[in-house]
Amino acid sequence: MTTRTDLVFLIALPLFSSAFLLLLGKIANKWGHLFATAISASTFGIGLYEFFAMRSRSGDARSATQHLFEWISVGTFKVDASLLLDQLSICFVLLITGVGTLIHIYSIAYMSHDVDRRRFFAYLNLFVAAMLLLVLGDSYLNLYVGWEGVGLASYLLIGFWNQKPAYATAAKKAFVANRVGDVGLSLAIMIAFAQFGSVTFAGVKAGAPSASPAALTAIGAMLLLAAAGKSAQFPLQSWLGDAMAGPTPVSALIHAATMVTAGVYLITRSNFIFDASSTARLLVVIVGAITLLFGAIVGTAKDDIKKALAASTMSQIGYMILATGLGPVGYAFAIMHLLTHGFFKASMFLGAGSVMHGMDDEVNMRRYGGLGKVMPITALTFGLGYLAIIGVPPFAGFYSKDKIIETAFNAGGTRGILLGGAALLGAAITAFYMTRVFVLTFMGSKRWDDKAHPHESPSLMWIPMVLLSVGSVASGFLLSKGSALVHWLAPVVNAGNAEGGKELMRPVVVSELALGVVILGVFTAIVKYGRNVPVEAPTGSVLTRFARRDLGQDDLNHNLLVLPGQAITRTLVATDFGFIDGIVRAVGWTLAYISTSLKKIQNGYVRSYALLMTAGAIALLATIWLVTL
Amino acid sequence: MFNMSLQVGSTHTPEAVLFWVLAPMAVLAALGMLLVKKAVHSALLLAWVMITLAIFYIAQDALFLGIVQVVVYTGAVMMLFLFILMLVGVDSSDSLVENIKGQRAASILAAIGFGGLLISLIGRAVSHTDAVGLATANADGNVQGIAQQLFTQYVWAFEVISALLIVAALGAMVLAHSERKHLSQRQLSVNRFRQSSLADTAGLPASGVYARHNAVDVPALLPDGSAAPTSISATLEARGDIIATAPFELTSQEEEEN
Amino acid sequence: MDISNYIYLSAILFVIGAVGVVVRRNAIVVFMCVELMLNAANLAFVTFSRINGNLGGQIASFFTMVVAACEVVVGLAIIVTMYRSRRSASVDDASLLKR
Repeated sequence: MTTRTDLVFLIALPLFSSAFLLLLGKIANKWGHLFATAISASTFGIGLYEFFAMRSRSGDARSATQHLFEWISVGTFKVDASLLLDQLSICFVLLITGVGTLIHIYSIAYMSHDVDRRRFFAYLNLFVAAMLLLVLGDSYLNLYVGWEGVGLASYLLIGFWNQKPAYATAAKKAFVANRVGDVGLSLAIMIAFAQFGSVTFAGVKAGAPSASPAALTAIGAMLLLAAAGKSAQFPLQSWLGDAMAGPTPVSALIHAATMVTAGVYLITRSNFIFDASSTARLLVVIVGAITLLFGAIVGTAKDDIKKALAASTMSQIGYMILATGLGPVGYAFAIMHLLTHGFFKASMFLGAGSVMHGMDDEVNMRRYGGLGKVMPITALTFGLGYLAIIGVPPFAGFYSKDKIIETAFNAGGTRGILLGGAALLGAAITAFYMTRVFVLTFMGSKRWDDKAHPHESPSLMWIPMVLLSVGSVASGFLLSKGSALVHWLAPVVNAGNAEGGKELMRPVVVSELALGVVILGVFTAIVKYGRNVPVEAPTGSVLTRFARRDLGQDDLNHNLLVLPGQAITRTLVATDFGFIDGIVRAVGWTLAYISTSLKKIQNGYVRSYALLMTAGAIALLATIWLVTL
Repeated sequence: MFNMSLQVGSTHTPEAVLFWVLAPMAVLAALGMLLVKKAVHSALLLAWVMITLAIFYIAQDALFLGIVQVVVYTGAVMMLFLFILMLVGVDSSDSLVENIKGQRAASILAAIGFGGLLISLIGRAVSHTDAVGLATANADGNVQGIAQQLFTQYVWAFEVISALLIVAALGAMVLAHSERKHLSQRQLSVNRFRQSSLADTAGLPASGVYARHNAVDVPALLPDGSAAPTSISATLEARGDIIATAPFELTSQEEEEN
Repeated sequence: MDISNYIYLSAILFVIGAVGVVVRRNAIVVFMCVELMLNAANLAFVTFSRINGNLGGQIASFFTMVVAACEVVVGLAIIVTMYRSRRSASVDDASLLKR
């Protein structure tokens, strides 16, 4: 463990920049975006510097910590605000700052016509700061601060154009779904503190071997719930499609590359918990497998290009979550897929933004068609990303996804067959719908009318796209050459302690199977969507309509949660008004009744008053009589 | 002094006979006072009760008090009652219908309760003691004994009581005094000349005495010489045709001239 | 005979007077019932003085009589005034302070 003093700048620079831009207000409108991009770039610079410094160290010295201040000290509960930069965190730091800076550059052009551009960049910087805090925190509680911060930034950015009520509602929906996951994280922290007396990663890791299995499973399940909320996994996946209401750079940065991968980070960071509890791991792979199929099926029916890409993100993260449940070696593959996915998904989202920019914000793919001729650079970068995601060698996705499918099969027994089969099926469907997206958008004949003038985007937009597609092409090969990433992450995830694991099939067989199903999917899509695509969406089969409704996720949430919740609220309000307020009103009513009855004594006649006095005298006498008994 | 020499605390027959004959009659008289319709009858029955009580006082060696009871209470107070009854209306009889609901029942209940409590309480206090009797206290005679107590131990109360009597008499005079509304002619003229200035002796002049114009827009004059604001038509005011009223008011100089 | 018989008689007369105050409507009759109560108290005083063997009770009785006389004077003057203005001697007339 090395102690360094410059880790805090990674977080402080974007955070202060965000505050600065928000507080300065209109004065900074002319240069705010440039300032924010510069800050983001310098943060990337610091990240690179840290990376090379870490590479020059070896062994245990690779992890760097920085103690900031003592945060909470209450009785036996002590939490310090400290930062931890180890091999896992640095991957995320580079991804966040690198992709983040490219998206900042892209946004300069994309948001050039927006009056609130400065505010947008301030929020982007806020997001970068919060996400960095999330991956740099050295305890669950520090992570939680960043966790909440990215949730806030996501809400602010999804609802950026909150003049449209639908967008503001989408932001709220995202926040509420995230909140459900946050409950899981809170509970995990509480159980961890109760069990281990500490919430730092080191403390929990040290206490894990001697903890009760029930506690470990509980912590694991709660962490999974948190990850499901943040990463849009089943059952908390309903917000991701609606989150596309935000500007496209937001979708690219937050909902493709970084925030939604925070769940994967959490599970990987908590590997010691999941390694110790097979029930938790089982839950993880179930959630991952369900989500990857769910996202894939939904993606086939979406005509909105951004929603299709969002479903694709959901599905790919399902792959990552599946991988994290497959044991020590799975973590490395999950992170590999996460990094490559960051490149190609961000690249595709930026491409979609470019298409929308050229098509005057039209998102319906049925009105695209043949754009490849008009926007060659966009089509090229998008195409490279597309090839990467479907897993065509030698592009990035081939390496990472095949490794996951292989590891899934190697899990052994029925479980292995089921998981591997699901992953393969997912790959096939991914190939199908991604080809659909590509063909509908860039190939075929034009389905747009003459009012639209599609044109290539300005250089500030296609330069980041090109840089990202370099990553789509090369990152997979680079990360898996000589198991580079596996070895790099081994100290963090104890990959060295993994059993050899029986191989169900030789890796090359898996790759051939995967490639086979991919070709099948591509072929099917080309046949169906290659030509004669109707501009108005046909009604489609029952399954298509069901998939268009996101496989009923909103209806389920509504009936399961919203309606009972409203019923409970109504009951509580009625109880409060009728019963509790009723008691109060009854007190008043009783007093009024008593006084109305007593009022009748005052009839104005002196004689009845005399009688009352006599009665009083009798009462006195009776008391004396009783006392002297 | 001549003692009645009744024996103390005794079951001596004369006193017992006296008591058992007179006491029921007193109770019946009291009840009758309560129940009869005519107020005069009530007064007379009350007088009977008081006489009976005077006899009881004398029987108990309170000679002075017994005579005072007859003279003051029965003689003065009850007669006073009868005089007032005659003022108020001898024939007036109350209707015995009770108009407050439950008053009668409640009062009878209260009476029984009150009576029972009193009897039980005082009976408890008194019944197991023997009466000492007033033989020693009355050794020099009852009047002397009372005088001796009154002017030594209770002299302060005695003085206050006499002040009270005087105040009561004054109070009665003040309360019963009535202003005669109807003054005689002589009294009226005397009062007239006793006002602050002789100028008011003849009273204020009638309307029209000081009138000097009969035009519509000239105000009429009030008896004290000022202009009457309501004597000019409102229409004229609205039209702006009024003229200032000040020149037409009587000043004291003019009054003196007149 | 028991000397406390006088006390019982006094109590009975007192109670009858109390009932009379509450039940009768003519102001003068009410006043007379008050007088009855005072007399009953006087009887009790005198009996007590005999029981205790000193004249304190009789002195008290004497004072009571004087006070009662003053009270009658003032009270009847009030009744006369009331009668003069209202032409009626009923105590039920003053019932404006009802609810």
